[in-house]
Amino acid sequence: MIAEIGHYALVLALGLALIQSAVPLIGARLHDDTLMAVAGPTALAQFAFIAVAFAALAACYVASDFSVVNVFENSHSAKPLIYKITGVWGNHEGSMLLWVLILALFGALVALAGGNLPATLKANVLAVQSWVGAAFLLFILGTSNPFLRIAEAPFEGRDLNPILQDIGLAVHPPLLYLGYVGLSISFSFAIAALIEGRIDAAWARWVRPWTLAAWMFLTLGVAMGSYWAYYELGWGGWWFWDPVENASLMPWLAATALLHSAVVMEKRNALKVWTILLAILAFSLSLIGTFLVRSGVLTSVHTFASDPTRGVFILAILILFIGGGLALYAWRAPMLKQGGLFAPISREGALVFNNLFLTAACATVFVGTLYPLALEALTGDKISVGAPFFNLTFGPLFVPILLAMPFGPLLAWKRGDALGAAQRLIAAAGLAVVAIVAVFAFNGGGPVLAPFGIGLAVFAITGAVTDLVERTGLLRVAPAVAWTRARGLPRSAWGTAIAHFGVGLTLLGIVSESTWGIERIVSLKPSDVVSMRSYDLAFEGLTTRQGPNYRQLTARFIVRHDGQILDVMEPSKRTFATRNTSTTEAALLSRGASQLYISLGDTNADGSVSVRIYHKPLVLFIWLGAVVMVIGGLLSLSDRRLRVGAPRPARKASLQPAE
Amino acid sequence: MNLLRTCVLGLALLGATPALAVQPGEVLSDPALEARARALSKELRCMVCQNQSIDDSDAPLARDLRLLVRERLVAGDSDAKVVDFLTARYGEFVLLKPRFSASTALLWLAPLLALIAGAFGFGYALRRRSSPRDSANLTEPALTAAERARVTELLRGSGQ
Repeated sequence: MIAEIGHYALVLALGLALIQSAVPLIGARLHDDTLMAVAGPTALAQFAFIAVAFAALAACYVASDFSVVNVFENSHSAKPLIYKITGVWGNHEGSMLLWVLILALFGALVALAGGNLPATLKANVLAVQSWVGAAFLLFILGTSNPFLRIAEAPFEGRDLNPILQDIGLAVHPPLLYLGYVGLSISFSFAIAALIEGRIDAAWARWVRPWTLAAWMFLTLGVAMGSYWAYYELGWGGWWFWDPVENASLMPWLAATALLHSAVVMEKRNALKVWTILLAILAFSLSLIGTFLVRSGVLTSVHTFASDPTRGVFILAILILFIGGGLALYAWRAPMLKQGGLFAPISREGALVFNNLFLTAACATVFVGTLYPLALEALTGDKISVGAPFFNLTFGPLFVPILLAMPFGPLLAWKRGDALGAAQRLIAAAGLAVVAIVAVFAFNGGGPVLAPFGIGLAVFAITGAVTDLVERTGLLRVAPAVAWTRARGLPRSAWGTAIAHFGVGLTLLGIVSESTWGIERIVSLKPSDVVSMRSYDLAFEGLTTRQGPNYRQLTARFIVRHDGQILDVMEPSKRTFATRNTSTTEAALLSRGASQLYISLGDTNADGSVSVRIYHKPLVLFIWLGAVVMVIGGLLSLSDRRLRVGAPRPARKASLQPAE
Repeated sequence: MNLLRTCVLGLALLGATPALAVQPGEVLSDPALEARARALSKELRCMVCQNQSIDDSDAPLARDLRLLVRERLVAGDSDAKVVDFLTARYGEFVLLKPRFSASTALLWLAPLLALIAGAFGFGYALRRRSSPRDSANLTEPALTAAERARVTELLRGSGQ
């Protein structure tokens, strides 16, 4: 019964989505307030019904109702409750349901929070949002219905892929989807602006918080996915340039560019046409990402749940929205008026530079990811494009961005003073040079890339600090004055500096881990000791124990640092009988931002066990940097200016009659 | 590459046993050769896996390929020769970094083309806008009648 309620709710949501797709649009065209007002309630109701459908599916999972095909294929009665719940989106159908749920959530949020939007813009935005919703609801109901029943219910389910039975699944997909789908709002705003044929700085002010929020979720989602791969896959890597990872990186790059170009649009009323294009592209890349992951066109480590027959449907959605969006853009964008002149050396110029390189990097990832597919389709030749290609092409494109990053915030709008900015960055550059020399000396020559990478990271970090020091006048005025100025700084200025600081931190982690990370692959017998840097790891032996739905083989290591017992590390391997697969559970020991990492391999005939041990200096900075970027985003989001289009009293006055 | 060099350096400093292979049994006794083998392994695809290098993969085929790479290196082949040997046997598919050729030219030039196209696009748009002909258009977009009415209403509202 519960499954049928879910199914029914989903059909109703589709009906509502279709109404929301058309009625407000007609209303906006005819300037009919009654028709436009349909958008808000339908958006809320659509969200409510999809939420009911989602809750129904979750209830089937919790109750282990194996008469539902989706539950039978992806769950098991012995699975811990948390994985029964996360298992809802650990498969194709359920994850698509989560996708539309989040899409409808954003629609509902616009309906609720969009009180100060002009009525026609709000109606158009919600209609466009609902086009996407209707298309994906149709996709779910037509090809990926999670509520189908089996005539004779099996006794037990087939269980969830063990790799997915991890807390990472509880966090990573929802975060990523909040980011992916959050970009739909920017898309809807862009399309609505094109439909209306006008766009101004206020538009950018409305779009920016949504883009910022989506970007923050995307940042966390990508970072979380990377950390999950790092500890779960067991070979110590944190980024594999896997197509599915690229699918999440591309929207992130586009969203980062959009975030920066929207600033120019908001402040200076310039780059409008470009910002609109970026908004369309960012969501298009999210759709492409969904297509790549969900259609099964890729064969990659992430594609656990895919069905090629569905690919055609998603491809149709893709062509409709990307093609339609770009066609509308080509038609209407030339009519948009440009504003805000600026010299090449200016804040605007720096942001254009940032956009240029970010989009080029994004294009590189795009081409690299899709080239093998295109080439095979066109000529039948099979080639591989993997990590060595991306490292070689993506890296150099990011260096100019990082070099320019500290300059941007120090340049004035309209016409900047490059020399002045350089002078203010002398201390930061000096520290970077000191870092380069120190690393070079420490490495005793060696590869040149490492010192420069560290130098670049130090420059980014100290550059962000310089920005704050300059704005508060910390070293020039009395501390009390600087404190007052610091409190008076707009939160978005703090946000910028902190987010840029985070970028430097991530780079520091990446360079440090890939330069000084050491790896040992050894066969060990009990009482063997492995020495690594100043750590001694004594292997105590193996034990087995029975988990709820797996058997676990655990190795015990006593870790000593300079002879003192530090901790115990217990890497393990889990074997899941239901799917006859096993997962590695690496043991991690954090010391500051560095980590010791042990991953268990196979047991050998002579009783020894293969083990991989890594020491990864400052590896945690990679993800910590992402968290710092998000904190910067949060601060910026809390900037009052972003939330209000007009001064407060005026906003209230306009809110009351509208509601 | 850097990682490997540092690994070798780190191990040499620690005086540890040269256990640098993916499986302990696969190690070559010559650390320099072993380092080359690992560097090569990272650039070669495990063909039965999904987007993994033979260095990362646990698959039996990856192991065979790792051993094959080491065999060739021990026999005195240069890195390029090993790659040629494997490409002749398994096709271009085995290379994670495709060679520059007519069919991959677009792939390798993509970053540069994107950058140049973008630079020209921005340059053109900015130059066109700074020409005097267009300066007349730089005013804010005109308000619609409805907006003008709302402005009047707001102004009246704040005047109370």
